[in-house]
Amino acid sequence: MNDALALTWRQYRLERRMFWRNPSAAFFNFLLPLLFLALFGAIFAGSQDDLDVIVPGIAGMSVMSTTFVALAMNVTFLREQGVLKRLRGTPLPSGAYLGALALHAVTNTALQIALVVTAGRLFFGIGWPPLPFELLVFTVAGVVCFAALGVALAHAIPNFDSAPAYVNAIFLPVVVVSGVFYDAESAPAFLADIAQALPLTHLVDGLSASMVTGAPLGDHLSDLAVIALWAAAGIALAVRGWRWEVDRA
Amino acid sequence: MNDAPAILVRDLHKAYGAVEAVRGLDFEVARGEVFGLLGPNGAGKTTTVEILEGYRERTAGIVSVLGMDPGQRPAALRRRVGIVLQSCGMYRHLTVREALEHWAALYPRPRDVEDTIALAGLEEKAGERTRRLSGGQLRRLDFALALVGDPELIFLDEPTTGFDPAARRAAWDTVRRLQGLGKTVLLTTHYLDEAQALCDRVAIVKHGRALAVGAPAELGVGTASRYRVAWRGDDGELQERETDDPTGLLHQLTSAALARGERLEDLAVTRPSLEDVYLELTAEEAGDVPAAGAGEGTGAR
Repeated sequence: MNDALALTWRQYRLERRMFWRNPSAAFFNFLLPLLFLALFGAIFAGSQDDLDVIVPGIAGMSVMSTTFVALAMNVTFLREQGVLKRLRGTPLPSGAYLGALALHAVTNTALQIALVVTAGRLFFGIGWPPLPFELLVFTVAGVVCFAALGVALAHAIPNFDSAPAYVNAIFLPVVVVSGVFYDAESAPAFLADIAQALPLTHLVDGLSASMVTGAPLGDHLSDLAVIALWAAAGIALAVRGWRWEVDRA
Repeated sequence: MNDAPAILVRDLHKAYGAVEAVRGLDFEVARGEVFGLLGPNGAGKTTTVEILEGYRERTAGIVSVLGMDPGQRPAALRRRVGIVLQSCGMYRHLTVREALEHWAALYPRPRDVEDTIALAGLEEKAGERTRRLSGGQLRRLDFALALVGDPELIFLDEPTTGFDPAARRAAWDTVRRLQGLGKTVLLTTHYLDEAQALCDRVAIVKHGRALAVGAPAELGVGTASRYRVAWRGDDGELQERETDDPTGLLHQLTSAALARGERLEDLAVTRPSLEDVYLELTAEEAGDVPAAGAGEGTGAR
């Protein structure tokens, strides 16, 4: 067991090192949400109500991009390249490998949330999160949910060339519908209904409560429940569909 | 060490849906032996090797690798085996040395990383990111990654396909060095000269069955135990005769020629080469077109 933990740690450090060496991946997973934050922050400068919406919204988008987008792309790429198959032939335990991938995603998310929170404090007139524990709970729930969904989506992507199309076809509409850039309650009814079914809407609600309004966790249990349902479905699909190599034609 | 074979395959079957890629294969590989699976594309070589490596489940039959069942994927087995897959990518943003250091850490008693780099002939590329390596250099990295755990048993699936002659020689030298270190090697190839140059024994495989198993030099014995004697006759035509007793035939030929006061031009005595045996064996089933076509798509990858 100690061995497995040591190997998890090694693999995690390798993932970290490789991440920063691949500037395009680092940009899409990491800097794009920050760029959005800067742009929308500039557009909404002077309107604190809008800033109160956009900062937790971008935090939610960050969770999705560092987990869902990153894992769907990465797993598709590594499988197509045969790196997963090669790893499978070594003594590296599957659990250690997947644990390292998860830790890597958690690290990116944590860094990202810290940056967004700090930017909110420094530039956008939002205080430090009034409910840090609630922030932690929703971040963890969001990571688990979107990481699982990202891996599950990787199973449905036929090859890496089409991966950006699949990922963005989901990521961009979900980000827009879920009220990252505006208050979801001001959207037309049919969009609001769709949004209510999506996990990102509820993640943004929870992040908003913990970062801005200070509404206690007890008021947002239904949000957690929706995220948990999506997480359960994502985990089931991710585990059932997992492949170490591209299926034979 | 014990006398149990490193690899034992008995009546192995593997079907992909209705297509039978392996149909009752039998062979054994002794410890310290370099064993070749020789056959055309689609013969079921890769399927067989990937079953032994633990990548695929067999449909039926008995398989034992270092005394373990690879179908169960025991960790103890993966620590003692090195795998060179037919084609396989690598993390692009690591250097050769970093990749090998990481791989070495996955094994309980790895080889020295710098030694492994030298063994694979990658000294000049040790600090290079893998995405900047050429195809041949990546193949050497495949070797290095498979060897850095200091495995007892090494699988090489078509290790030199696509190589230029110099790179092939270098790869052969590496295999011979492994043999010198007492390692067991199972390789697949569709190159006869490769099998002849490297293998202690080969199995000629076609349509998922072993047509013949033995040392390359002896393989002729079962099917064509004859010597082939060739000479140029009086009419200038090249004559050829097969015989089990070349001594008697040569005596007849030479004494007749001497009596006539002639020379026997282009006299040659040959044993059937692996190539002859291979062609003979694989030609026997040449009429078996549907199976060949079906096998093409499955075993080739």
